[in-house]
Amino acid sequence: MVKKLILTIVLVLCTYPTFAQHVRPENIIRFGADARSGAPYCFADPHDPSKIKGFDVDIIHALAKVMNKRALFVQNSYEGLISGLGRNNYDVVIDGIVITPEHLAEVDFSSPYYVTHQTIVVPDNNTSIHSLEDCRGKKVGTLTGSEAFMFLEKFGGLTILSYEQEVSGYQDLLNGRIDAFIIDAPVAIYYVPTVKGLKIVGGEIDRLMYGVAVKKGSLVLRDELSAAIEKIKHNGELRKILEKWKLWNNNMAELTEDYAPSENEPTEYNSFVEAMNRSISWQERFDRYLTFLPMFGRAAWTTIVISIFSMMLAMAMGLILAIIRIYTPFKFLAVAYIEIVRGTPLLVQLLLIFYGLPNIGIKLDPFMAGVIGLGLNYAAFEAENYRAGLLSVPRAQYEAAKALGMTRWQSLRYVILPQSIRLVIPPITNDFISLLKDSSLVSMITIIDLTQQYNLLATTYYDYFGIGIQVALIYFIIGIPFVIVSRWTEKRIRQDGRLRRKRPGLKLIR
Amino acid sequence: MQKHDHSGHSALIRLEGVTKLFDNTEVLKNISLSIFEGDLVSIIGPSGCGKSTLLRCINALEIIDGGSVTVADIVLDRREGTNVSYSQIEKRAHRLRQSVGMVFQTFNLFPHKTVLENVMLAPVVVQGMEKDIAREIALRQLDKVGLKNLADRRTDQLSGGQIQRGAIARALAMSPNVMLYDEPTSALDPELVGEVLSVMRELNAEGMTQIIVTHEMQFAKDASDYIVFMDKGEIVEILAEEFMVEHPKDERTQRFLKRIMSVGREDINNG
Repeated sequence: MVKKLILTIVLVLCTYPTFAQHVRPENIIRFGADARSGAPYCFADPHDPSKIKGFDVDIIHALAKVMNKRALFVQNSYEGLISGLGRNNYDVVIDGIVITPEHLAEVDFSSPYYVTHQTIVVPDNNTSIHSLEDCRGKKVGTLTGSEAFMFLEKFGGLTILSYEQEVSGYQDLLNGRIDAFIIDAPVAIYYVPTVKGLKIVGGEIDRLMYGVAVKKGSLVLRDELSAAIEKIKHNGELRKILEKWKLWNNNMAELTEDYAPSENEPTEYNSFVEAMNRSISWQERFDRYLTFLPMFGRAAWTTIVISIFSMMLAMAMGLILAIIRIYTPFKFLAVAYIEIVRGTPLLVQLLLIFYGLPNIGIKLDPFMAGVIGLGLNYAAFEAENYRAGLLSVPRAQYEAAKALGMTRWQSLRYVILPQSIRLVIPPITNDFISLLKDSSLVSMITIIDLTQQYNLLATTYYDYFGIGIQVALIYFIIGIPFVIVSRWTEKRIRQDGRLRRKRPGLKLIR
Repeated sequence: MQKHDHSGHSALIRLEGVTKLFDNTEVLKNISLSIFEGDLVSIIGPSGCGKSTLLRCINALEIIDGGSVTVADIVLDRREGTNVSYSQIEKRAHRLRQSVGMVFQTFNLFPHKTVLENVMLAPVVVQGMEKDIAREIALRQLDKVGLKNLADRRTDQLSGGQIQRGAIARALAMSPNVMLYDEPTSALDPELVGEVLSVMRELNAEGMTQIIVTHEMQFAKDASDYIVFMDKGEIVEILAEEFMVEHPKDERTQRFLKRIMSVGREDINNG
């Protein structure tokens, strides 16, 4: 049994490379961005959510073309974009990243490709806030880790609330949880018209320069990018893209010394606003949900694969821990492991493994980090299940094996373990169902599982409710077979027990 | 009682000055006993007298604290002055257990295996025997105890008597030098006792050396070569002749035998 388990894990690890993107031809430039960043940077196309679009996406494709390369999108959470560069998850980051001294300490930047500012968004009925000064003493929201966040902290006198996604900020603005939302102007330009009840006030706060970030010291790539930016600035390509996205502004005119009036229709902007403002019928909404199914299918597959691999790791490791704890003098090691792992949050463990371990030279790709994080965590719980199972086998069984001349290992392997496994199956199945749900945490380490897919789609359509119910249903359906297996095995073991008790003359067997 | 001629033989099992402590209480005090090949020895005595512990010391399930235990050519010597490390003792104990068969009071055939698999397991795992050969041997032993037709059953489909006979076959499959029984019939319904005892009689007829801790006085009297009476961790008396069973010398033996003869087996078990 144990051999089979170990063999399976080895086989699984051998097939592992198919899950990672190891192949990287020379002519590809991988760009990291967060598709949840929203319009106009990088977002799932509302007309076809399997496509990623945005002005940053257009710009990087234009730059790649100049560099004779092909740009390839790599999804990464916004907060982890910079550290992902260090991990070589991608070659560049382009996602409205502002060139700041703080960022410059960690990465190198191309010359700026876009210049903009912060702006203030307030509810329609607000009359008291016209500038940042008016916000003093009030609750102000902004994006976690954004330039605005640092700017507001320096500004002082405000209660700052930070948000993962701007749509949640707008929602709280409408709900009255915050008084104002400070955000890069491009975001406000896009979302304020699509959210009923909000308006933009105040002038241009701060001056933000967006650059393409590269790994610290990648000077060749940086200079290539800067050269490409210069080129599209002067051949009109950059202006064409920005006008299409309705993002051409005075700052850009100054930067490029191109003061000519706009020529191009803001087609992308119009298309976005149209898609967002279109009120749709339930029929249309339902049809839209159907179009999500292939994406949810892939995401569900990721969730299932990660859960299964994690559980296999947890079962193997848990068994080893339980055996160490019961049968060896190194009990304290197993106990320490189990207590530490159970006493710390799984999310912290995952972040530590994915973002923390690279600091000591251990770089794991997201899939590996997810499986190891979940597996090592659940190993602690499985160890306790095994322990209960092993201890429930009567001592007489161990004595009988010993009296037959078996060693400790032989009695464990042939007598105790096979009997305890039966008892351990129901709790392990139950734990697998929990693991299936806990695997949603891997969405925090850039894996597009069901939860991450939900996030992506919900931010695109601003529909946390309907899509949320859909994704909850999918989790539930995936879990059903395991619930059935668990109930069935539990029932069988109960019946076995009853059978035994009923028989005369057998009272001493377990 | 049957008689065996021991002249010219050395003892198969020799206990010399055996002591055993549980939490500093002496449960076996300076026990010496020799048992010869082919003997069937019954050990009797009130509960708590140390008779089960003595049995467990013979197959080294308990490691003695003083004295020595010799089974065939394996010696566990723990007399003072002997310089054998505990790990060496444990190694020898492990070797010793392979040549001593034991049947317990509690039914402990392995419930996850069939009767046949139970009997095959130790020869295959411990002795490294080929499965086909182990199966043949197992079936022969099961035939001997009358369970061949139940070889594919699991333990939850067997009666207590069948389980104990299966346990005997399982021990025999290791070709032991001696068979030990720790109250093998005490947990059985009365009507099932006979089938287990008759297997032991047959083994005796074949010349198997057997030691049985029992409350079955009739069996002990009829089948044993001699009866060892123990009390408070000591051998009080060895009753080797029939008239000695009827007229034991020691007063404690007299009292115990009187009680055991006048009342039923059940009461002894309960008392």
